[in-house]
Amino acid sequence: MTVMEQRGAYRPSPPPAWQPRTDPAPLLPDAEPYRVLGTEAAAKADPGLLRRLYAELVRGRRYNTQATALTKQGRLAVYPSSTGQEACEVAAALALEERDWLFPSYRDTLAAVARGVDPVQALTLLRGDWHTGYDPREHRVAPLCTPLATQLPHAVGLAHAARLKGDDVVALALVGDGGTSEGDFHEALNFAAVWQAPVVFLVQNNGFAISVPLAKQTAAPSLAHKAVGYGMPGRLVDGNDAAAVHEVLTDAVRHARAGGGPTLIEAITYRIDAHTNADDATRYRGDSEVETWRGHDPIALLEHELTERGLLDEAGKQAAMDAAEAMAADLRERMNQDPRLDPRDLFAQVYAEPTQQLREQQAQLQAELDAESEGSHR
Amino acid sequence: MTTVALKPATMAQALTRALRDAMADDPSVHVMGEDVGTLGGVFRVTDGLAKEFGEDRCTDTPLAEAGILGTAVGMAMYGLRPVVEMQFDAFAYPAFEQLISHVARMRNRTRGTMPLPITIRVPYGGGIGGVEHHSDSSEAYYMATPGLHVVTPATVADAYGLLRASIASDDPVVFLEPKRLYWSKDSWNPEDPQSVEPIGRAVVRRSGRSATLITYGPSVPVCLEAAEAAREEGWDLEVVDLRSLVPFDDETVCASVRRTGRAVVVHESGGFGGPGGEIAARVTERCFHHLEAPVLRVAGFDIPYPPPMLERHHLPGVDRILDAVGRLQWEAES
Ligand SMILES: Cc1ncc(C[n+]2csc(CCOP(=O)(O)OP(=O)(O)O)c2C)c(N)n1
Repeated sequence: MTVMEQRGAYRPSPPPAWQPRTDPAPLLPDAEPYRVLGTEAAAKADPGLLRRLYAELVRGRRYNTQATALTKQGRLAVYPSSTGQEACEVAAALALEERDWLFPSYRDTLAAVARGVDPVQALTLLRGDWHTGYDPREHRVAPLCTPLATQLPHAVGLAHAARLKGDDVVALALVGDGGTSEGDFHEALNFAAVWQAPVVFLVQNNGFAISVPLAKQTAAPSLAHKAVGYGMPGRLVDGNDAAAVHEVLTDAVRHARAGGGPTLIEAITYRIDAHTNADDATRYRGDSEVETWRGHDPIALLEHELTERGLLDEAGKQAAMDAAEAMAADLRERMNQDPRLDPRDLFAQVYAEPTQQLREQQAQLQAELDAESEGSHR
Repeated sequence: MTTVALKPATMAQALTRALRDAMADDPSVHVMGEDVGTLGGVFRVTDGLAKEFGEDRCTDTPLAEAGILGTAVGMAMYGLRPVVEMQFDAFAYPAFEQLISHVARMRNRTRGTMPLPITIRVPYGGGIGGVEHHSDSSEAYYMATPGLHVVTPATVADAYGLLRASIASDDPVVFLEPKRLYWSKDSWNPEDPQSVEPIGRAVVRRSGRSATLITYGPSVPVCLEAAEAAREEGWDLEVVDLRSLVPFDDETVCASVRRTGRAVVVHESGGFGGPGGEIAARVTERCFHHLEAPVLRVAGFDIPYPPPMLERHHLPGVDRILDAVGRLQWEAES
């Protein structure tokens, strides 16, 4: 019987009741990025924490300038500087417990170092003597990840696995504003929310993806708003206010650890340097914009707050600078030594056991190396 | 000697059994993918696993292949042993970035500190009347990616043994399941399954003296059929089932070709840039002085996979294989 024939008997009925699966209102980010420094909230901030953040920011800035200098001396192949973004980098490391995991991108060397990775080992990728220079398990820092946003599903999977095993471990994943356009960003957030995985996503919106401004990346009201579509809370924070970033991250980590699921945080910051030392930023942005952001510098903001409140004097500033200089001197000295290279490493760990084909290729390379060294002895 | 009651089982049943046994033996084994839980997978290979082990061990994931494999990477980083199901060959492509940029190289880029024991099961190949995007032979892409093992069974017993070995491997394995052999039956005792097969060993499925057919997966039964038919022409063909494309068993393949002096590589995947080119080159490099004729290839045409009503013209069949055997310069012999 067709619908037409049926018509006489057909009684329209309403579809099953519909309601939203979650109330979207609590997921929405605030209208303004959250701030602590220079606001009433600052009075509640722990002075010890603020001083610690300050010391780490000063050290972090120095790490960035030293690494950039090393590119000029040919000691680093490339360095994507996080100058201007140190508040995010440092707060990311400090918001985590020992047992937690950090999933950094290529720009987050500083976060890895602030979490305890050796400063030279953290630069292995960018020096080019190997890909990952540290054992990820030692400090629970995943390899610095270059293919954009691909580290995000790893963070979700790890957090999910930890929860399945009954461990209260949280994963914090870092990504840039450009990376939010990638499919893996979407898939990671969706999996995280469906699984209620204990993971926190921190987007450092530094204004650019190489040369492309955010306006060409998204039409969303903000990147934090994207959270609502996945059913997780979105939060906006001033990414140059170290106290605010630390607080928002700590809240989200605590929420995740308590079984509350993931959070997406957008930190509004600015990439003061070019994309990398190899990039020419004058082709796509003007000096005045950079100058505006220099006026909202993460170190200066915190220093101002600490000084105003009598928590930091000249001697304190000097001590932070001295510690940073000592770190830089050590970095310089160790980076000025040639890395140890062994061509045989090329074949190690492609598989647990090298295949017959790799054994043959390794023998071929060895013969070439032997001939080379014989030639040089002649 | 113990006698075991042999029962006919399908390849799909043997695969299910392998998953079940692996999950029972090792609590870190987790199965994940699209429809693998309640439904038991579109080919029913994961049937019953969610019921027996719970949905945390056999998980219906959101529908996103990169997300499935990407989260499996994180799970493996935390010490689990994920077994991922890709629903069909052509639907595994969204996961390629995770596969190539992370799964295949994580061990190497971390100097061995972070191996990824992930098994990626991919139903592959044609011959089941599937419409567009359901019949690809994608093995050449995987073979071209260092760091992956690429394994494909052709028999019921191998389906069990090789899948167990793949899950037990500390390296990532792309496990290609020939769709059209899912329902193939063989006498196999599920209570006493054949021992776990080591990955990387080819096997001679049929001995012969005239020429070697080098093949794998869905083309193995076709080659065996061709070998039977060839007897009428007076050819006694050997059939080598590679079982593992990576690592490649040069030894077994070359030993066979040196004995017979002639070889044809047979696969469904397209010929140009396909596995056969690599195999023919390897055989030629190693067995040149034993060869009576150039190594030939019988492959799928270099076309997008055809619609089901035309696929029989595309798939290597007995006649095309015998034609190739006929072109192995027999006249030189007399
Ligand atoms: C999948 C992928 N596509 C392209 C690139 C090349 N690339 C490297 S960094 C970059 C810009 C990324 O911008 P964003 O995510 O905002 O991070 P930022 O560099 O500003 O920290 C691009 C396009 C890449 N690394 N990965």
